Amino acid sequence: MPQDRSPVLELAGITKSFGGVEALRGVDFALYAGEIHGLVGENGAGKSTLMKIIAGLHPEFSGRFLVDGQETRFRSARDAHAAGIAMVHQELSVAPDLTVAENVFLGNQPTNRLGIVQWRRMAREAGEQLARFGIDVNPMSRLGDLPIGQQQLIEIARVLFSGARIIVLDEPTSALSPPEVERLFATLQRLRDEGTGIVFISHFIEDILRVSDTVTVFRNGRKVAESVAAATTKGALIEAMIGRGGEALEHSYTDDLMLPTSNGGSVVLKAEQLSLARSLREVSFETRSGEVLGIYGFMGCGQQELSRILFGKLTPDSGTLSVDGRPRRFASTADARRAGVALVPESRRAMLFHQEPVYKNISISILERISALLLKPAREREIAKRQVQQLQIRPPVVGLDLGMLSGGNQQKVALAKWLSYPPRLLVLCEPTRGMDVGAKNDVINIVRDLRQRGLAIIVLSTEPETVLSLSDRILVLRRGAVVREFSNEPVSKDRLLAAA
Amino acid sequence: MASGEAVPAAGHRPGRVGPFLRSQMRNIAPFLTLILLTAFFAFASPSFATLDNFGNILTQVSVTGIIAVGLTFVILCAEIDLSVAAIANVTGIAVAYFTLQESYVNIANVPMPGWAAILLALALCALLGLVNAFGLTVIGIPSFIMTLAMMQIAAGISALLVRGQIAYKVPPLVSTLGSTSIGGIPWIVIVAALMLLGGHLVLTYTRFGRYVYMVGGNREAAEYAGLNVKLILGSVMVISAVCAGIGGMLGVAHFGSAQQNEFDTYLLDSIAAVVVGGTSLFGGRGGIGNTIVGLFVLGVLNNGLDHVNIDSFLKILIRGLILLAALVINVYAQRLRERAAD
Ligand SMILES: Nc1ncnc2c1ncn2[C@@H]1O[C@H](COP(=O)(O)OP(=O)(O)OP(=O)(O)O)[C@@H](O)[C@H]1O
Ligand SMILES: [Mg+2]
Repeated sequence: MPQDRSPVLELAGITKSFGGVEALRGVDFALYAGEIHGLVGENGAGKSTLMKIIAGLHPEFSGRFLVDGQETRFRSARDAHAAGIAMVHQELSVAPDLTVAENVFLGNQPTNRLGIVQWRRMAREAGEQLARFGIDVNPMSRLGDLPIGQQQLIEIARVLFSGARIIVLDEPTSALSPPEVERLFATLQRLRDEGTGIVFISHFIEDILRVSDTVTVFRNGRKVAESVAAATTKGALIEAMIGRGGEALEHSYTDDLMLPTSNGGSVVLKAEQLSLARSLREVSFETRSGEVLGIYGFMGCGQQELSRILFGKLTPDSGTLSVDGRPRRFASTADARRAGVALVPESRRAMLFHQEPVYKNISISILERISALLLKPAREREIAKRQVQQLQIRPPVVGLDLGMLSGGNQQKVALAKWLSYPPRLLVLCEPTRGMDVGAKNDVINIVRDLRQRGLAIIVLSTEPETVLSLSDRILVLRRGAVVREFSNEPVSKDRLLAAA
Repeated sequence: MASGEAVPAAGHRPGRVGPFLRSQMRNIAPFLTLILLTAFFAFASPSFATLDNFGNILTQVSVTGIIAVGLTFVILCAEIDLSVAAIANVTGIAVAYFTLQESYVNIANVPMPGWAAILLALALCALLGLVNAFGLTVIGIPSFIMTLAMMQIAAGISALLVRGQIAYKVPPLVSTLGSTSIGGIPWIVIVAALMLLGGHLVLTYTRFGRYVYMVGGNREAAEYAGLNVKLILGSVMVISAVCAGIGGMLGVAHFGSAQQNEFDTYLLDSIAAVVVGGTSLFGGRGGIGNTIVGLFVLGVLNNGLDHVNIDSFLKILIRGLILLAALVINVYAQRLRERAAD
């Protein structure tokens, strides 16, 4: 630990509130050069808020802020950038309409003396950088066309190779597959050894312990613990985060888990021979009422496309779907919803209205049920309140604009909107992404409850833990094809990974 | 705005508008513009701030107002309709085309009873709106391009119908609503007010209105919520065309004649009214209330410039500059709002 040196970044007594809500209360934080500093805490604990202050995005706060021992105030992200600070945001902040290369060089494109962008050079260098990071894409393709995980990788690559000496990563691994996480960690460790100061936020506590030198725990806007990573344990961290004897909440799934025998409910969805261009090859399966089907695979294995087909957003090239025994061709998502299918996609940006209040986000999918022609805002709020309580969304104010919620709480809102009038089939993509330990557990309980009520549920995830904690039966998808089915047999994280 | 933030001695806080004010910028700015303009003209010309002149302004913005109702729906969905003026024009011409004209009018028209003429004209504008909707949602042509083509098509139909001539007569219902008054209030003002009110009620209190805002706010999210986005987009294009058509019919009665290119200035005016009022060009924010303020800004500006003594050629430039300023505020307000929300 390089504690003998003075910190590159030091914050003291930071307090920040939004309206009446105190997001941070008197937080002290120090980051040293050549250190990876892990940050953990429940959803809404204030992690992202502190990082946004560091990156110059919240210029109004109180407390002392020192860079290299000098008292400083950033007015904007540009000031922070000039001071050598770069950040990967929890929400993807890429420019989907620009090319991959432009995104990699966002803000500092190589130009010749006349100020004209050197496209060829930019494409070549972007390609090289990404290749170093193990990403194989055409630098001239439009970023928005890539799967979300690759977009995330490209954003990370941009920040890591920007030459910044202080790097902040806010839940960077949420959409990455295990090998990609490994590569990221190797790169982080190399940068650390070269003297970069790195802050790393994650809800994966094992990852935090493995890669960090120091770990800080936030709770309710305060810093409640800081320790040398090697000197603490997962249990201690979880306890500091949420107070309860938390270890029980987080299984590691290294041991075998017995999948239950089929309960023989009626078949709700039957998919036969679904194929889609390069993404899916003759995928067939069925889901029964009262059953959770997990679909596991690495990023890019076709999960995302499959979920879109089930919800009528993509049309398969061939293959058929039937719901409750009736063959269906979904011309639109509205068709799918009417047939009783609901989807929670993995990207928050794609599924929520950030400028609208929480209750409108929750009621949007069920308006048809509660109002024929005229809206009934009181009823909407009442339904929303119930969901907010049940899912423990914080702050519990349904009139608040969604954009003011922390990332994990937004995720809960996305789930909430389907729960008041449960569908026949619920398709969940990465349902626990960005959620803290307690919230993950809440989701597990909600899914179990819905299964009890006879829904058919499909959980698609690239996190083995998510699939293992929720599923009764598991399909493994590799390069668009089903390669293995686990049912009525023991399964573990290792077995899953081996199958994918 | 007290933001409840503790201000210790060490922390300095730049004096900035509170987040609430910032997020409301889009509604406040147009209103301030309106007050400033009104104050300026009232000060500059004694004939401006009179009851009579207020009546003039109301009448002058009525046709624009009727067209702007539908356009508000379209812009709230983050689309645009450039064909409104041309559709207004062709609908006005159509209603005259199906009405018996004086013998000196040299148009091969097809006289019909008044109600039939009105229905046919309405059917025509609805049909053109459907074509816009089809191009936008089924074929997938951006609304900017689709309605640009429609602008030309509607102008072409107008030209074929009147062939350079001028028609004067419209059905009695239309001429009553367009050119007479009741109790001193012109009917056209009443119609405009009712349509604006109707638009407001639909946008604020109905499920469809909510969908319009949601589709404009985040189209992808609307689709993932299982909304029929195409149906909603198609509907707003038809609504826009029908509002334009009604504006066109009443406008023809109001002007006293139906001819080619009669409505050309109304395209810019109606878009300006919506946007100057603060409805976001990026969709999802704003509404009829904003459009009404925008209409008044435009009305006061157009009318007021006639009351002050300046070079009439300079007026055109001044108008342009003030519209530009309003657009800058619109885009800037959007940014402030995003900042307030992050
Ligand atoms: N722009 C904002 N306006 C109002 N409140 C906000 C805003 N941003 C954050 N908050 C509130 O501040 C608190 C801390 O949020 P923050 O995003 O820092 O949490 P977090 O620790 O990053 O959580 P997560 O793990 O869910 O990402 C939350 O209660 C949140 O609702
Ligand atoms: Mg966060």
